[in-house]
Amino acid sequence: MARPAVDEATLIAKYGPHLNRRPPGGWDADLEIDRVVETHCCFCGQQCGIKLKVHDNEVVGFEPWYEFPFNEGKLCPKGVKRYLQGSHPDRLLTPMERDETAPGGFRKVSWDHALDRVVSEIRRIQGTYGDDAFAMLSGVSLTNEKSYLIGKFARLALHTANLDYNGRYCMVSAGAGNKKALGMDRASNPWSDIPLADVVWIAGSNVAETFPITTSYIWRARDRGARLIVQDPRVVPLARTADLFLPVRPGSDSALFGAVLHELIRNDWLDHEFIEAHTVGFEEAAATVAEMTPAWASEICGVPAARIAEAAEWWGTSATGMMLHARGIEQQTKGVDNVVSAINLGLATGKFGKPGCGVSTITGQGNGQGGREHGHKCDQLPGNRDISNPEHREYVASVWGCDESDIPGKGLPALALIEAIHRGEIKGLLSICFNPAVSSPDVNFTAEALDRLEFYATIDFFLSESGHHADIVLPGSLHEEDEGTSTSGEGRIIKINAAVDPPGEARRDWEILLDIATRLGKGKWFPYSNTKEIFEELCRASAGGLADYAGATWERIEAEHGLFWPVPEPGHPGTPRLYEGGRFAHPDGRARFSAVPWRESAEVIDDDYPVWLTTGRVVSQYLSGTQTRRIEPLVAQYPEPLCEIHPRLAQELGITEGDIVRVESRRGDITLPAKVVNTIRPDTVFIPYHWPGTKAANQLTIRAVDPVSNMPEFKVAAVRVTRVGTRSAVTIDRRDMDVTDGLR
Amino acid sequence: MRPPRYGVDDSPIFVIDQSRCIGCEACVQACEECGTHRGRSMIHLDRIDRAATTQTAPMICMHCEDPTCAQVCPADAIKQTEGGVVQSALKPRCIGCSNCVLACPFGVPKYVAEFDQMMKCDMCQDRTAEGYAPMCASVCPSEALWYGTVDEFTERRRGTLLDAWLFGRQQVRTKVFTVVDDVSPGPLDALSTGTGTWLDDPFGLEEGT
Repeated sequence: MARPAVDEATLIAKYGPHLNRRPPGGWDADLEIDRVVETHCCFCGQQCGIKLKVHDNEVVGFEPWYEFPFNEGKLCPKGVKRYLQGSHPDRLLTPMERDETAPGGFRKVSWDHALDRVVSEIRRIQGTYGDDAFAMLSGVSLTNEKSYLIGKFARLALHTANLDYNGRYCMVSAGAGNKKALGMDRASNPWSDIPLADVVWIAGSNVAETFPITTSYIWRARDRGARLIVQDPRVVPLARTADLFLPVRPGSDSALFGAVLHELIRNDWLDHEFIEAHTVGFEEAAATVAEMTPAWASEICGVPAARIAEAAEWWGTSATGMMLHARGIEQQTKGVDNVVSAINLGLATGKFGKPGCGVSTITGQGNGQGGREHGHKCDQLPGNRDISNPEHREYVASVWGCDESDIPGKGLPALALIEAIHRGEIKGLLSICFNPAVSSPDVNFTAEALDRLEFYATIDFFLSESGHHADIVLPGSLHEEDEGTSTSGEGRIIKINAAVDPPGEARRDWEILLDIATRLGKGKWFPYSNTKEIFEELCRASAGGLADYAGATWERIEAEHGLFWPVPEPGHPGTPRLYEGGRFAHPDGRARFSAVPWRESAEVIDDDYPVWLTTGRVVSQYLSGTQTRRIEPLVAQYPEPLCEIHPRLAQELGITEGDIVRVESRRGDITLPAKVVNTIRPDTVFIPYHWPGTKAANQLTIRAVDPVSNMPEFKVAAVRVTRVGTRSAVTIDRRDMDVTDGLR
Repeated sequence: MRPPRYGVDDSPIFVIDQSRCIGCEACVQACEECGTHRGRSMIHLDRIDRAATTQTAPMICMHCEDPTCAQVCPADAIKQTEGGVVQSALKPRCIGCSNCVLACPFGVPKYVAEFDQMMKCDMCQDRTAEGYAPMCASVCPSEALWYGTVDEFTERRRGTLLDAWLFGRQQVRTKVFTVVDDVSPGPLDALSTGTGTWLDDPFGLEEGT
């Protein structure tokens, strides 16, 4: 029974989000600092170095870590205020069990009781409905060690095929595109290559708000004279100063890339030698774009043809160039098409494997890179191996000491898994680090699905909106409460150090999983006494795989400020730049051009729903907001979702700044204030997605997925917008209050 | 890679290049984390005109050589350090008249009613005295706020450093630098479209598609 035990208001009153404002003890506490711990930010894929200040087992502040080479002390506001997630009034401190009679809907229970209940429900559900009727969902804010452990735990302890992770909503289109075209899945370059590029092309990435530190790398290139191209439906902050802006309408990126390839071919801005020596499939790709002129693409994507031609010229005639893409082109039903079309442009001009040359995704989540390598994807085993490949299964079984047949097969990807719950095929769920009640497309459907579970257990540090549905809540660990490694967006393996111990009765996530495994009688597969032992096994399991960590050690990672994989044997220097000498990761060493015919998004605008919707993030919030909606200074920066709308469209609809509007799609509707801005296409509205319930942008998004990557189409939907009234309450901007007396 | 600490002889400078600001507010959030600021952010971040642009502008104290705020202070409460850092009003002297608030050409000082005192950016005195960058310039993701030596700046960045200003007839020289584009020699090409012209029509509404 996984319907929330009490109403939402009661849950929020008890479990938050409440707002943490001040460091422990207050601003004037003058606490003695016991130690300063060098670690990394818990949020995005840049994984900035940061030092956490600790007093009496509490994180009480931060200090820039100037020596860490990636960010040299730089941080975004989330990193600055991250320390406020510790010592938070909402922190879960004891195991809890659903109880309609308890205030807040949960009663405190002992660990023994909670774990026994979890194990008995796993046994009951699997005994009644089969092993795969109990599923697990995971996430990539977790370390490599936990990602690896969860892959093994789900397969050997739960013996379920149905394990997937929240990167399914983030990085999978890039991963699938990279593997298809280049043979492996990692950013092609270290970020130190960005300043060496003569042209920097940002495609579908709001770098300034979602990867803020990357802005400084782009400026270093521009200081050398590089030109900047930004492709986005909005004039995002980085675009404001761009040399060329490509205002692409949502869902049309592959048409634009096709026209650019067309122009490269038409003008012979090609690296024939590179194409000949290091690629296959050029002829087919060229034939596919033969009719894709800039004028043709312009009709589809709304970018003036002259700008498409200019972008092609800059890319085609520059000696070096880097294209960086992110969720804008990836979170589409054509996500993989878009990624391989972008890679085509790098291959056609020989922009791979050289300083300042590459086409690369900007990985979104903290461990979005490492977490997609070590086997907690539904189709994957450690080392980015394929769970359907008999040799890969044999190898991993040999490391795990199990029989190959002990490892279940391929399971359902995240959204399909939620749909199977909705259909009643999956009856039980264990989740960690995943808040689908906010982050899934069509969240009203997701909430219905969670309601239908016979049993739902979650491991978390705060009670997320998904956790509202839980039967058992197990208090796990925050990022700063455990140690391990993660792998940043550049492919740099870094060390996460524990600053404090888990508070109260909370436990480290891996200890909880080991306990469940032991109670399931599967303890023999998990003989770890610390996370370093898990890492050492991970390295062995990855050896010879596409993501090879075999030569990595925690000691080297710390001493060398990170290590770029592949690092296949001890003493190997690591591989910051991939594909040097034009050697790609396919067995024949050649990259694949892709023929990408144009097709439309799953949903297109029509008379009933005449406006494009696209969703995304703001700088002060992170993903589903489980952490950042609890940090007051971050909430103050952008307290609630706003609907960005161009004045031309606003005028047509009778909307003025601050009016309350209703945005409706075929899935649901949201009512929110309008932000009338010149910085968005007049046929498109934008809503950030960090909020739950009636404030969730994902009430509108569509459950349509990329056929290869199973990525949902968060970036494209058809909506209608109507004015419902004037704003009833004035939102006070904290900066206005600062002017007089700093009331913050 | 910038060093974690600068020595006295390095003479590091503070540079603001507002064109690089991305409006993320890391500076605002970090300022209040400085040991002596105790939860009070002294930096201002202005949203210029969000309806028209995402342009934002951070403003720290420019630390004038001959500060207007001090000149107009009837209580002689505003002092400079030996290094030329203009400080908040001295608490025992400040009468809360806000002359400084009105007079500053950069709009920096603010009167804080809670303490009945003018408070402003002190360039993280506790940090810079130890050779560390101020908090805002430490964290700024885009290096719109930057702290380092002149040599580091010229080696790494383009643009001309500027520390002299004219406000009507008042000349002001500041400790903090701003950056202007390098002026190219030779005649101005009046017919050149240059780059960035897309800004006049970002979505190609007039250009046609």
